[in-house]
Amino acid sequence: MEVSTEAKRIMVVALGKLYSSRTQRGGLRLHRSLLLTLVMKSARDMYHAAQATTETETTAWEPQNSTVETTTEPATGEPGTLPREEAACSPSEPLSGAENKENRCPSSPPQHSRKRRGKAAVEPDFLPCKKAKLEQANSPQQLIVSAVLMDYVNCSSELGAPPASMPLHRAIAAC
Amino acid sequence: MDGARMWHVFAGGNDFQWCFSQVKGAIDEDVAEADIISTVEFNYSGELLATGDKGGRVVIFQHEQESKNRPHLRGEYNVYSTFQSHEPEFDYLKSLEIEEKINKIRWLPQQNAAHFLLSTNDKTIKLWKISERDKRAEGYNLKDEDGRLRDPFRITSLRVPVLMPMDLMVEASPRRIFANAHTYHINSISVNSDHETYLSADDLRINLWHLEITDRSFNIVDIKPANMEELTEVITAAECHPHQCNVFVYSSSKGTIRLCDMRAAALCDRHSKFFEEPEDPSSRSFFSEIISSISDVKFSHSGRYMMTRDYLSVKVWDLNMENRPVETYQVHEYLRSKLCSLYENDCIFDKFECCWNGSDSAIMTGSYNNFFRMFDRNTRRDITLEASRESSKPRATLKPRKVSTGGKRKKDEISVDSLDFNKKILHTAWHPKDNVIAVAATNNLYIFQDKIN
Repeated sequence: MEVSTEAKRIMVVALGKLYSSRTQRGGLRLHRSLLLTLVMKSARDMYHAAQATTETETTAWEPQNSTVETTTEPATGEPGTLPREEAACSPSEPLSGAENKENRCPSSPPQHSRKRRGKAAVEPDFLPCKKAKLEQANSPQQLIVSAVLMDYVNCSSELGAPPASMPLHRAIAAC
Repeated sequence: MDGARMWHVFAGGNDFQWCFSQVKGAIDEDVAEADIISTVEFNYSGELLATGDKGGRVVIFQHEQESKNRPHLRGEYNVYSTFQSHEPEFDYLKSLEIEEKINKIRWLPQQNAAHFLLSTNDKTIKLWKISERDKRAEGYNLKDEDGRLRDPFRITSLRVPVLMPMDLMVEASPRRIFANAHTYHINSISVNSDHETYLSADDLRINLWHLEITDRSFNIVDIKPANMEELTEVITAAECHPHQCNVFVYSSSKGTIRLCDMRAAALCDRHSKFFEEPEDPSSRSFFSEIISSISDVKFSHSGRYMMTRDYLSVKVWDLNMENRPVETYQVHEYLRSKLCSLYENDCIFDKFECCWNGSDSAIMTGSYNNFFRMFDRNTRRDITLEASRESSKPRATLKPRKVSTGGKRKKDEISVDSLDFNKKILHTAWHPKDNVIAVAATNNLYIFQDKIN
């Protein structure tokens, strides 16, 4: 469990750093953001590995997940999670996850992302929305952060297969 | 930036030992961010030493000739020229501020009385001409000595202006501005051995410029993926080969180095050589990717070797052997167990540089607590020295420092937890011919020399 606690901590720190780098003077640093993304991926992989070995109960993980999705912060209004789609229609990018946590109105994304077209604008909402689940089969390879965060928020250890959502690679997409 | 106190140091003795020479910069504990030195570079002869800082300023020091009265003292470096190279800018399209911090300075080989250097911030490279003026023309026909126009009716004869000596004035003027060629942040510039071209590298692209032409450059490397989400590595440093004008190398965040030959193709996306050391699986951690990212790459003066710096080590590579480095030096291995803390306080992202001495027999790089490390490639001995005001006493030889890694801390050793991670030496430079080194410690520049017998 120590590994997963460590992994969680590393992921949260990485998210904080990615978020605060949006306001950094000189703009987002691609190299630094990439390294943070890789750290998150490492931590996520190790976290899942640790979870898989300690997991004992496998029942009812699906309904629990969907329940969790609806009880977490309101959906960001993200239209879809196909990466190409998202990258193509960047003007309508959703809010970042951090803003989402503050329960802001999701109708402000277009204005926000239009102004700030750097990496910051396409920072993913780290919490999943219902639509995200539909795209699960399409993007198994991508770094999926929200599942981990969801777990962190809800202290759930019954993760099973991570549900798909906004991939973190989006964070460095529109630099 | 000329320091408030400068000490001349000389200590007798026969052994090769480093001793304090000078320190430049404010003594104040309160460091202004603009004064933080961001690059240090000797010119080809070592006569000039340039520093760039976060405030966009360049300060050039010149080596004064030894005084005849005190021949045992090596000449010292004094301020030669100071100028504002870059100003903060704003990219309105992207709503981004462009920092004025000088990322790199590279000198051009001297071809006439003037000196030329390239300085760059994140987006724009500038060619500066530094020239001396020690004569002034006097006796103009149309104007007085103070510049006022003379009354035409009072000009009754024609005279030839005469050049009269004046106090030395050093002028820096921007001769070329190479702008708008980099979408990402410039991390390197390197002058080619043909002395006509140079390369500039950002996170994803490398451009080749001609020094005379500012409105276009050739893109010679482009690693930007079609889909940015597939990005896995960025360019971290690039350098031209010191003798072969068609060869250059670039390092990546994955710890690899690619050597490219510009004769092979216009776009050098396919490398000629690929240098990578297999990862040691036993040392894998959360932070393996971060610490393997190369922060600096430097060819040896001979052109036979190159050196790379990653977070914990310096590696020397033989250009003829791609599968592993020929030498690996641990800079501060004791930090390996502290990577998580260093990640949290951002130190793990620090980019240390490295440098060769003139004969390629030794290499130097910085560390924390104002420590810097030197490695002798022949004897395999290494030494840790400190750049600090406290240990910079007149006539004092630098005492080797040691970090205690075990449980017991010996006298004069410092424990890892006592290290000051805010005092980092990222930039160092070694004189191209003599054993003189310049070490940048935050806002201070230390100059050390070896003893003269």
